Amino acid sequence: MRLGLVVNPVAGLGGRVGLKGSDGEAVQARALAMGARPRASERAALALTELRSRLPGDAPPILTAGGPMGADAVRAAGLRPEIVYKPRRPTTPADTVAAAKTLAPLVDLLVFAGGDGTARDLLDAVGSSVPVLGVPTGVKMHSAVFGVSPRLAAEAVAVMAARRARLIDAEVMDLDEEAVREGRVTARLHGHLRVPDVPVRIQQRKTGSSAPDPAAINGIAAEVASRLPGPDLLVLGPGGTTRAIASALGADVPVMGVNALRAGTAVATDLPADRLTELVRSGPSWIAVTPIGGQGFLLGRGNQQISPEVLRAAGPDRLLIVATEAKLAELGGRPLLVDTGDDGLDRELAGHRPVITGRGRSTMYPIH
Amino acid sequence: MRTAPVSVSPADARIAAKPPLRRFHQASWDEPLLFELSSPGERGVLVPGPQVPLDDSLPAGLRRQDPPGLPELSQLHVLRHYLRLSQENLGVDLNIDVGQGTCTMKYSPKINDQFVRDPGVAELHPLQDERTVQGVLEIIYRLERMLAEISGMDRVSLQPGAGSAAIYTNVAMIRAYFAACGELEQRDEVITTIFSHPSNAACAKTAGFKVITLYPDADGYPDLEALKAAVGPRTAALLITNPEDTGIFNPRIEEFVRVVHEAGGLACYDQANANGILGITRARDAGFDLCHFNLHKTFSTPHACGGPAAGACGVSEALAPYLPRPTVEFDGGSYWLNDDRPASVGKIRPFYGVIPNLVRAYAWIMSLGAEGLREVAEIAVLNNNYLMKKVLEIRGVSAPYAEGRRRIEQVRYSWAELAEDTGVHSEDIGVRAADFGTHYWTSHHPFVVPEPMTLEPTESYSRADLDEYAAILAEVAREAYEDAEVVRTAPHNSTVHRVRPDTLDSPETWAVTWRAYRRKILGE
Repeated sequence: MRLGLVVNPVAGLGGRVGLKGSDGEAVQARALAMGARPRASERAALALTELRSRLPGDAPPILTAGGPMGADAVRAAGLRPEIVYKPRRPTTPADTVAAAKTLAPLVDLLVFAGGDGTARDLLDAVGSSVPVLGVPTGVKMHSAVFGVSPRLAAEAVAVMAARRARLIDAEVMDLDEEAVREGRVTARLHGHLRVPDVPVRIQQRKTGSSAPDPAAINGIAAEVASRLPGPDLLVLGPGGTTRAIASALGADVPVMGVNALRAGTAVATDLPADRLTELVRSGPSWIAVTPIGGQGFLLGRGNQQISPEVLRAAGPDRLLIVATEAKLAELGGRPLLVDTGDDGLDRELAGHRPVITGRGRSTMYPIH
Repeated sequence: MRTAPVSVSPADARIAAKPPLRRFHQASWDEPLLFELSSPGERGVLVPGPQVPLDDSLPAGLRRQDPPGLPELSQLHVLRHYLRLSQENLGVDLNIDVGQGTCTMKYSPKINDQFVRDPGVAELHPLQDERTVQGVLEIIYRLERMLAEISGMDRVSLQPGAGSAAIYTNVAMIRAYFAACGELEQRDEVITTIFSHPSNAACAKTAGFKVITLYPDADGYPDLEALKAAVGPRTAALLITNPEDTGIFNPRIEEFVRVVHEAGGLACYDQANANGILGITRARDAGFDLCHFNLHKTFSTPHACGGPAAGACGVSEALAPYLPRPTVEFDGGSYWLNDDRPASVGKIRPFYGVIPNLVRAYAWIMSLGAEGLREVAEIAVLNNNYLMKKVLEIRGVSAPYAEGRRRIEQVRYSWAELAEDTGVHSEDIGVRAADFGTHYWTSHHPFVVPEPMTLEPTESYSRADLDEYAAILAEVAREAYEDAEVVRTAPHNSTVHRVRPDTLDSPETWAVTWRAYRRKILGE
């Protein structure tokens, strides 16, 4: 199987600094100024390393673009790059489109590292002319074209290489980042890409969340309140459920950011990873997160501010998972997913954990 | 409405074959409410006035100031009203009633109703001296012994007034047991599974326990690893249904019981779905400490819409002291009610059980015998798997969880694929089926399976019945793909009264009585 790779070097820049996306040069510059570190190439290399260990014999060269758009990652994984496209510096979305167009007729599978914005660029460039698969490195990943984590993306490639995966059309979704920064959440279907059908390893599309049932939310909020001692800090991840919990506890917080409450009052809103780490290290803290509806991501999608450092500082026992029963049902039995960027922590979090679904009610649910 | 042509093969040309899809049309009476039919002064029965002056003999608080606000109608008008309403209904004696979700009723033999109407049963009074009710006490005693044999349990109580009342009684006994051991404060959690009878979670919560729910594992079976993650020193009990409401039998049920016992908890078997296991498996043999039966569903008595159904609780010797009081005892000569049970959880309902249903269940078991009960289970399972094969041949249907495996006595199907393809939902299909003289309804809580349809054929229905039912579903599915509007705008030949669900969401707007309707809806 001839494998192609294109990396969007700036994908995911906005995540840990709380910018909810990385689209647009101004946002990227701001993210870099806030101390963001490009991770796309690193995560692509992680996937390739995993893939190398799974492919029998000597790995063939990987067709790719030069420098941070692929060749760096291929070399980091100990594989040989065959460079078919040389990008300008700094790279732009036009480079992603041009590289993908060059690669498409030459490969059997085009792996790309990026987020929803990159998936849209791929859609423009190659449409359904070649199978693709995303290594998740973005902030927003609502599309159904990504592996659950770099490691599982590599597994999906290996399954396809063994000719054991059929191809399906998967949704390319994207949020309007400007609208999100203004507090509105709107996702739109942009089209379909052909991806190998490897359930569990490929994340599902995020469904439009329906209004949470107020009785269920109040029950969850009461249960969360009963779990933590009065003066402890409560960190709430983004989402309608957690926002409704804040409101039931008496605080009004923004819909997308990570917020912190103490005794029913918001002490900080829309926290980036570094400030959050400081805050959590300063005293006993609990972290309440809710999975993304229909998709099941608990950590690592849209809430990268809750970084491995934050989770370790709070302690894994103080991670409260909350979801209405309806939201769990929407997952159709698929597990909850974590991709914190720290493999060891992901493994620690995996297994069965209680999800708070109401007052005195929980569901034991698997996390992968 | 389109009807498939009647095909008559030459061999039986003399007898017209039953049409696979019958030409059905239901009566539609546009019948007003009784209150709207009321005519001042009209009377059905002229009730004689009191023979003695009541003024002094009744306390003032019990005396009405105003006459009751009842509708005024003649006997004929009342009779006609209810007959008309009955013609706009699809009752258990009228259609192939396999689509009641997990609540399917088997046929209730009419002769058992004759027994119930016998003056020896119908004219008993619960306050009669027990020496004068030896016959009915004997029926209760013997029925309890039969259910003990069927479940393997040591003692049974027939006092609960329904299946959920029996489950609540079991939870109350679990609470009393741990209170007596001094462990109640520590053991405040009950574990159940998402596809167990929802009454398990509800009754445990009502009794003050916290509830932990388990999801199925990747193969669709109850998840043993999840159970192991959930049990601990706080575990009071496992409340589990088997087969689950998906019809899937838990192949590791003994291990579930062992894990809970090792954690110091009790194992309680919900046998609402016992119809496919009668005479085949027993609760006690799998190690359970408690179990319950619905006498409706499994033992043929009427369901009665939350009214007087009947439930049975079975317990091991260790739990027997906590059974509701009184218990029915036999001293070798006569039967008696034992109220001297200090550890008992008390009374679950006034007097003792729903006697007419206990008589029906007793008659039903006696008419079948032990071998007959096993045959009931075998036919119920055979019928279900026959219907499943036919239903799964229909485009757009699947049977999620443990796919490709057989089910016990019911199946929770999903129309998700058809809904995705056509925009027609499961509820539309159930309503459109009414145009062919049958139906199904959506008793599928919790809504984990998308676009659900739960069918349980029981042993009562014939192969021809199941063929007709499957043919109706196949026809409606065909319509959904070819002319979805016909399905979405159903019913066309039957009288389904659609309720406005939005008015049922809040106590501010729901109106289940005429008085509430006038106040909340008419604004009077």
